[in-house]
Amino acid sequence: MYGFLIGVGVLLILSIIWMVYRIQTLVSVVKGSDKKIASGSNKINAILFIVFLVAGGALMFWYSIKEFDNYQLPIASEHGVITDSLFWWSMAITGIVFLITHVLLFIFPYKYQYSEKRKASFYPDNNKLEIIWTIVPAIVLAGLVISGWVAWSDITAPAPENAHTVEIMGYQFAWEVRYPGKDQVLGDYDYRLITATNSHGIDFTDKNSIDDFSSPVVVIPKGEPVLFKIRARDVLHSVFAPHMRLKMDAVPGMPTRFWFVPTKTTAEMREETGNPDFEYEIACTEICGKGHFSMKKIIQVVEPAEYQKWFAEQKSFIQNNPALAADLPAETKELAEIQLSEK
Amino acid sequence: MSTASVANHDAAHDHHDHEHHDNFVTKYIFSQDHKMIAKQYLVTGMFWALIGGFLSILFRLQLGFPEMDMSFLRPLLGGWIDEAGKLDPTFYLALVTMHGTIMVFFVLTAGLSGTFSNFLIPLQIGARDMASGFMNMLSYWLFFLSGVIMFISLFLKTGPAAGGWVVYPPLSALEQAIPGSGLGMTLWLVAMTFFIASSLMGGINYITTVINLRTKGMSFSKLPLTIWAFFLTAVIGLLSFPVLFAAALLLVFDRSFGTSFYLSDIYIGGEALPNTGGSPVLYQHLFWFLGHPEVYIVLLPALGITSEVIATNSRKPIFGYKAMIISLLGITVLSFVVWAHHMFVSGMNPFLGSIFMFLTLIIAVPSAVKVFNYLTTLWRGNLIFTPAMLFSIGLVSFFISGGLTGIFLGNSAIDIQLHDTYFVVAHFHLVMGSASFFGMIAGVYHWFPKMFGRMMDAKLGYVHFWLTFVGVYMVFFPMHYIGIAGFPRRYYSWTNFEFANMYTDLNMFVSVAAIITFSAQFIFLFNFFYSMYKGRKATENPWRSNTLEWTTPIEPGHGNWPGEIPAVYRWPYDYSKPGAEEDFIPQTVPLSATPESNLPHEQELVKVELEIMKEEEEVLVSNETSHS
Repeated sequence: MYGFLIGVGVLLILSIIWMVYRIQTLVSVVKGSDKKIASGSNKINAILFIVFLVAGGALMFWYSIKEFDNYQLPIASEHGVITDSLFWWSMAITGIVFLITHVLLFIFPYKYQYSEKRKASFYPDNNKLEIIWTIVPAIVLAGLVISGWVAWSDITAPAPENAHTVEIMGYQFAWEVRYPGKDQVLGDYDYRLITATNSHGIDFTDKNSIDDFSSPVVVIPKGEPVLFKIRARDVLHSVFAPHMRLKMDAVPGMPTRFWFVPTKTTAEMREETGNPDFEYEIACTEICGKGHFSMKKIIQVVEPAEYQKWFAEQKSFIQNNPALAADLPAETKELAEIQLSEK
Repeated sequence: MSTASVANHDAAHDHHDHEHHDNFVTKYIFSQDHKMIAKQYLVTGMFWALIGGFLSILFRLQLGFPEMDMSFLRPLLGGWIDEAGKLDPTFYLALVTMHGTIMVFFVLTAGLSGTFSNFLIPLQIGARDMASGFMNMLSYWLFFLSGVIMFISLFLKTGPAAGGWVVYPPLSALEQAIPGSGLGMTLWLVAMTFFIASSLMGGINYITTVINLRTKGMSFSKLPLTIWAFFLTAVIGLLSFPVLFAAALLLVFDRSFGTSFYLSDIYIGGEALPNTGGSPVLYQHLFWFLGHPEVYIVLLPALGITSEVIATNSRKPIFGYKAMIISLLGITVLSFVVWAHHMFVSGMNPFLGSIFMFLTLIIAVPSAVKVFNYLTTLWRGNLIFTPAMLFSIGLVSFFISGGLTGIFLGNSAIDIQLHDTYFVVAHFHLVMGSASFFGMIAGVYHWFPKMFGRMMDAKLGYVHFWLTFVGVYMVFFPMHYIGIAGFPRRYYSWTNFEFANMYTDLNMFVSVAAIITFSAQFIFLFNFFYSMYKGRKATENPWRSNTLEWTTPIEPGHGNWPGEIPAVYRWPYDYSKPGAEEDFIPQTVPLSATPESNLPHEQELVKVELEIMKEEEEVLVSNETSHS
């Protein structure tokens, strides 16, 4: 019944619009305004540009200021401060250009709307003007590029020697984390070794892998460099930690990396945001299939002392699952057994 | 005097055409007339725009109203709506993928270039038709075939391709990864192969026609900017589409013949695949070698159309004609060396990132010059707001808004945070999507009288413009905020993440705006089809424009001009010339006929012009006598 009524309503509205349209067409024919070069609508359109400029501009400023704290995520890494300042510098410069060009673009139509009494000025070129507005943007852009380039070079430079390594592996549809253990070196892996119990495909014949351990959350110390070694097991994924201003694709067959220095612990951030449940999150930003929107991992940033304590308490893969050490060659098996006896 | 004899031959040919009558099939289906082919492209493009737009409404419903019961869509989408009335997340990705593919390739490449390059090149350069009418026909029908295949893929049980419009492997190579990478992806690849062939045939034709078939006097320095834009677009397409074909071909090998161009170290569905040594990043390089120039393939024709429309309706020469051409050339060349800015965080060498950042920001310079030139053209003009003019001004606005955000994304340090967020979505939908779309609509409103001999209704055009212009900003401007907040693209829902579980209100707003904007397009459709049959009859030159197409009869037949092709004596932008009586002087008016308005250097050219005209007259007379 409702459907029928809605249908009738739509039909009525459409027929009214149709009649208005026909009437205005006929009226314009009678008045002869369809023969004129510019009809009365010319003025209305010109005014509408001004209305759009004022209303749109007001809406933009109002919303940008009101919502600032919502869309500007707090920064929690050293390089994030730099990239964000670059971002806001670019915003200032492009913002000015945006405003000036739009004011001109919408005021000109009002100011120079058609009049039969006037003739447009024949102004085909002005080399000086054109050279100026080629060179000025070039210089401004050069400034932006160079500052961006300096930041980019620092961010992508090799990680410091003392960086804490964490391996993050993406697969459909989650992340797995591996720490290098006490020796601070991650063991080898091979995708052909992946089984239900060895989801990372760790090669336990490599000595370095004996003390590697996994963790359900990424725990990292505040104020010290952290190196994410990133890989993928099936399709492309991308590690995105928005508060860290960190993003790097996870590519099957080609390990990638990203290092950074976290600057605020989770506890500090909870205080800053006033949200007692705040957590740093990792999301996936490369389309990877059905569960693309749900690949979440928590990062816990803690004080360095707390980190050391946590690190020492972790149990290695082997300790959690002694069966992994079953078929190892003698030398590594011995190491594995020492590990197990420490338990 | 080879030109004269060619002209004479053409006239004879034309005579021959009149004797042979087109039947329905050769006139409307397998037509070789560039004007009919252009209309075929236009209508097909409009069909695809509706499909592409409708798909976006479907996923906007999901994003704006995640709690919504979508059972009412079940008659259309069937199993993609589950028992609880929720959209399937895999199908969501398919919707996003097909929306992108359809809009970029079928609407803004074929629909825009196909329509206006075909329609305007012969008419504006003064040619009877394209260099090869047959190849032109083939180009359309390959596009049509490609469309049929893509359309079929929408209805597969496993769904169409769903790996994003960029179809990055391994996702697009492995059926285990997502069902759309099965038959759907195969059909995507087949369809794109036909599409590439179609584009190449079209492009070769456009280039050849512009180089070889210009009428007498139509030197490159007298070409309208539309033609310059179409010409360079065709050059870009010709050089970049084959690379997409290569990328697709290698993908076909990886999918079907067990090669490892893009695949390496993959464990999926409980088994380790044998492929090693391939690189997914290689695909990205190949794809974006087309993908980035593609942005300019859709944008340049729109900019060309705008230049023409703005100059005509400002009653003023386009400011900096040479600078406009140099910018177009600059953009054409630079478009080939910026592709890796799509890959700053793909894992490629960061040094390459630095290089591509420099090159990318250079391309902003010619773009800026174009904007300044448009503004100066409006300055002290005598502006007539036809619907085409409104859409052109709208285009300039989008080009500025979207272009400026490109400066953020081209900066690799800033791109770390913004890459693959809604900031990117906002950026390219404004600068490439909406700007090109507005160029296309402006073109339709402007050249409709030449296409169908009737006028579109201006008032409906105004309503269409304001609803669409405001609507597009309402849809895409809020996405900047969402993007700065870090919302990733291609997300079915954001509720899983604390950093992104806000802005449900803003997303709802965007979705409502999208539905209104989409609905507003039906005003245009009505106006288009109604005016085709019932519109006011057009006059020969309704916009009082200078270019050659307005010297043809109201409804030009096969061959465009009934008699001789007119010769060209001046550039196309002599509007409001001081001293001239009217505020426009068509290109066909000799300088010698307008001594009152000639500039000093033009006055000197008059002598040369007179000599040539005299010579030509003699040749014509002698030809006439020898014929009879």
